[in-house]
Amino acid sequence: MRLLSRAAAELLPERDLRRIVDTVLRLAKSTVAEETEVHVDEVANALTRFANNGIHQNVAEHGLTVSIRTVTDGRTARATTNRIDEDSLRAAIETSLSLAHSQPKDPRLLPMPGRQRYRRVNRFIKRTAALSAEDRARAVRRACDLAVKKGQVAAGIYSNGQSQTVLANSRGLFASYRETHSEFSITVQEGSAASWAKANSADFRVFDPQKLAALASEKSHLAVNARELAPGRYTVILEPAAVLDLVGFLFYDFAATALADKRSCLIDRMGKQLFGQNISITDDVYHPLQQGAPFDGEGLPRQRVLLVDHGIPKNLVYSRAAAKAAGKKPTGHGFALPNEYGEAPMNLVFGGGDSSVEEMVASTERGLLVTRLWYIREVDPYEKVMTGMTRDGLFLVENGKVTGAIRNFRFNQSVIEMLKNVELLGPAVRAAGEEAFEMVVPAMKVRNFHFSEVTKF
Amino acid sequence: MWDLCTNALDTARLRGAAYGDVRVMHLRQRDLTTKNGQVGTLSQSESIGLGIRVLSNGAWGFASTDRLTREGVAACAAQAVSIAKASALAKRSEVVLAPEKAYVDSWQSPFRKDPFEIPLETQLALLLAADAEMRRVKGVTLTETDMQFRKIDSWFASSIGSRIHQRKVISGCGIAATSFQGEEIQKRSYPNSFGGQHALQGYELVDSLDLMRNAPIVAEEAAALHSASQCPEKVGTLILGASQLGLQIHESIGHPIELDRVLGQEANFAGTSFLTLDQLNQLKYASSIVNVVADARLDHGQGLGTFAYDDEGVPAQCTDIIKAGKFRGYLSNRETAHLVGLDRSSGTMRTESWNRLPIIRMTNVSLLPGTWDYDDLIADTHDGILMETNRSWSIDDRRYQFQFSTEIGWEIKGGKKVRMLKNPSYSGITTEFWNSCDAICRFNHWTLWGTPNCGKGQPMQTMGTGHGASPARFRNVRIGTAFSNQ
Repeated sequence: MRLLSRAAAELLPERDLRRIVDTVLRLAKSTVAEETEVHVDEVANALTRFANNGIHQNVAEHGLTVSIRTVTDGRTARATTNRIDEDSLRAAIETSLSLAHSQPKDPRLLPMPGRQRYRRVNRFIKRTAALSAEDRARAVRRACDLAVKKGQVAAGIYSNGQSQTVLANSRGLFASYRETHSEFSITVQEGSAASWAKANSADFRVFDPQKLAALASEKSHLAVNARELAPGRYTVILEPAAVLDLVGFLFYDFAATALADKRSCLIDRMGKQLFGQNISITDDVYHPLQQGAPFDGEGLPRQRVLLVDHGIPKNLVYSRAAAKAAGKKPTGHGFALPNEYGEAPMNLVFGGGDSSVEEMVASTERGLLVTRLWYIREVDPYEKVMTGMTRDGLFLVENGKVTGAIRNFRFNQSVIEMLKNVELLGPAVRAAGEEAFEMVVPAMKVRNFHFSEVTKF
Repeated sequence: MWDLCTNALDTARLRGAAYGDVRVMHLRQRDLTTKNGQVGTLSQSESIGLGIRVLSNGAWGFASTDRLTREGVAACAAQAVSIAKASALAKRSEVVLAPEKAYVDSWQSPFRKDPFEIPLETQLALLLAADAEMRRVKGVTLTETDMQFRKIDSWFASSIGSRIHQRKVISGCGIAATSFQGEEIQKRSYPNSFGGQHALQGYELVDSLDLMRNAPIVAEEAAALHSASQCPEKVGTLILGASQLGLQIHESIGHPIELDRVLGQEANFAGTSFLTLDQLNQLKYASSIVNVVADARLDHGQGLGTFAYDDEGVPAQCTDIIKAGKFRGYLSNRETAHLVGLDRSSGTMRTESWNRLPIIRMTNVSLLPGTWDYDDLIADTHDGILMETNRSWSIDDRRYQFQFSTEIGWEIKGGKKVRMLKNPSYSGITTEFWNSCDAICRFNHWTLWGTPNCGKGQPMQTMGTGHGASPARFRNVRIGTAFSNQ
C-alpha cells in the first residue's frame, strides 16, 4: 500500500483510510470470520506547555491505529494495531479470531448493523490544523509577558490538532468524520494566590489567549490575602467550569446498561421530580457548541435525546444490545464492542437561563463565588455525593459584592440535592474543565452547598 | 531498532540539536473482563513507534511518529528540532542537564509465566469461575472481574552514547461484587479496588491471588454492608489496611515530592506542592517511626515502579524520602537535580508510550516496614476503626488536605474487631496525619501495591507506580466526614 507520502503532521486523505478498510475486509474474507468491523483512527496533535513564564515542554505526535472486530460462531473480540502493512493487518484479524474462539458463545450478540445515513457536521477548520509551533510560542510569549509585567507567574498550555476516524463493516456500513481542536489554558500565580482560565474549540479563533491570560491575571490578583472561613453550608455561585466538572459525573447514570446493572443513581427515580423544575438536560452532538462524531462506536447515527425535562429524568440512552434487552430503539450512544459498559451520553447540553455571573453576585447577600473545582470523586453512588476541592479563586460575596478571597474548601455534596437547589442559571456555554469532558453548561447560583473542611491556602 | 534510533539522533544533530534522546517502544496489551457471568471486554492491542526529545537553542522539543521508515524518522527528528527552536522564542532560562554516564545494556524484568503464553481459555475460565462464585451469594446484584497484561519493549538511545533495551512484563487482576438494596449501593473488591493488584510480574501474580477462595468472601461482605452500622463521625484512632495506606502514600507523599510540581511546572494541571525547597532536611514530615523511600531497583520488589533505567537513561536508584520522620529527598531528573543540590538525577523520568514526553514520576514510593505484628496491633488498640480497600480519594492541588473513603470498616473495641461498619471515611492535613502514626506492621504484612492509573502531564499520561505498605495506626484522625451532612 502507498500510504506514507505526506508531511509529518498531516492526516491521510480519506481514500487512504478507505484503502486500509478495504484491505482488512478483503483479508478477513479468507478467514472464518463471519462478520468484520474496522475502525481506523488517526491523530496529529501538538501541544506547547509553559510554566514559570516560559515554555518548558513542547510536543507533537502523529499516530494511526486500526482496530478490528471479528465475529465467528456467535463470539466476538477485538484486536488493534498501528502497523498497516498487509501482514500486520492479517495478524490482527487472526488475533481477533483467536480471542473470539477462546470464549463461550454469546447468545445476546447481535449481527453488525448495515449501511446508515448520517447528518453532516462540519468541525474541521483548516486554519486550526495549520497553527504552527511558532504561532503557539508567540501567543504564549505574550501571555507570559503580561504576567511578568504584573509580577506574576504564568503556567499553561496552548494546543492544536486534527483527528479523523473511519468505521466500516462487512455489512456495508461506512462512516467517516474528521475534526480539529484547539485549547488554551492558563494558571496565573501571585504569591501564594492563583487563578485560572481555559477555553477550547474546533476553531482557534473562537477564543483569545490574551483575554484568557488577562482574566486569570486579574482574578489571581483578587485572590491574594485569602482568609479562612468556617466550613458549612453556603450559597455558591458556580462558574461554568465548576458546574461542568461536578455535573459531568452524572453522565454515565443515564446509560440503560448502568440501570440494568443497578449502579446508576436513577434506579427507581425515572419519571419522578428528582431535580428542580429549572433543570433540563439534553444529549445533542449536533449542538453548535459541541464536538464529536455524529455516530457511535457501533456506527449508528447519534440521536438527540432529552434526558431531563424540567427536573424529571425522562429518557436513557441505549446501545443496540441494551435497547434489545429493554424493548427500546437504540439511540446511537453505544461504545465500541465488546465492552461491559454499554453506552453513555457524551454530548450533554444543559438548558440555561438569562442571569449573568455579575447578576448572581449582585443578588447574593452572603455567599461564595467558585472559579473551578478539583479532584472530584464519588463518595456515594446512589445519592451521588461527590467530594473535591475548590481551586484557583474562591471569593466571598457580601451584600451583592465580591469582598475578598477565601481559603479553599473541601466539599461533600450530593449532585442530586444541588440540582434541586439551583436559584439562578446563566446562559449555557461550552465549558472546559479538568475532571469531565467538555459540555454546554450554565453558571449556577445554588443554595446550601456543603463545604466540610478547609485547607491551608 | 538501533538503526532507527541512530537515524533520528543523526538527523537531530545535523539540524542543530545539542542533545537528543530517542525511544522506540513496542507495547502489547491484553484486556479481559467479565460481568454477571458474561465476557465483557476481550481485546488485544499492539503499538509501536518512536519519540525523540532534543535540546536546541537551550530549549526542548519533542516529536513522535509511527512512521518507522528512514524518511518518517528523519522527518520526526527534524520536527523535534524545529519545535525546540520555537520553544526558544519563549524560554526564560537555558536548560542545563546534570552529568550522566553512557550505558550500553539490556534488561528484562523477571517473570515465571509469560501471560501472553497462557491460553486465553484458561484465563477466561478462571474469571468466569470467580464471577460465578460471587453470584452465588444472595444480595449481590453485579459481579465484575478483570485481567490485564502488558509487555513493553523499549530501545533508548541518547547522543551521549547510551543504548539501553528493556523488556517489562506487567500483570494485573481483580474481582468485585456490588450489591444494590433499598437506596444504597455497596461494593467489595479483591485484592484491591479499581482493577485489583498490578505488578511487574508474569501470570504467577494471578496464581498467587487465590480468586476462588476470596470471591465468596467479598460477595458476602458486599451484601452484609447494607445491615452494618454507619461509620461514626468523630476524632479517633484509625488503622489503615495496607492497600489503602499504599494510596495514602501515593497521594500525600508520592506526589508532593515530585520536583516538577515543586518547581511550578505542573501548576496549570496536576498542581504544585507544599514541599517548597526550603523544607528539604528541615520539615518533620512524619513521626520518627516513619521511613519512606523511592526505590526503582529490583531489590525493592517487582512493582510498577521497578526498572533498570529510567526513560532518560539514568540507572534505577533508591532515594531516602522520609528518614526517621524527617523530609530528606525529592524525585528529580537531569534537568532539576542541581536545584536541590544533587550532582545527579534520582532517575525518575518515565513515559507512558513512544508518543509521550518522559516526565518526573513516582517509582516505588514505599513506607518501610515497622515492628508490629498485626494481631498485636489490633490487640493494642482500645478504641479505633480499621478501614480497608479504597472507595474514593481526593486531595487539594498542593497536597495538604485529603479525604479518603474505603469500602469497609471494622470497629475495634478492647483490642478486638467487634463489628462491621459501612461508608467509612477519614480526612486530614498531610503532615499532621503522618506525624500521628504510632505503629507500623512488620515485613510479613508488607505488600508492594501497584497503582496502575496515575494521571499526570499534558497531554495526559497514565503511569503505573508502586507503593509498599503494611497496616499502620494513626491517632486523633478526623473520621466520618464524607458522610457528615452538617
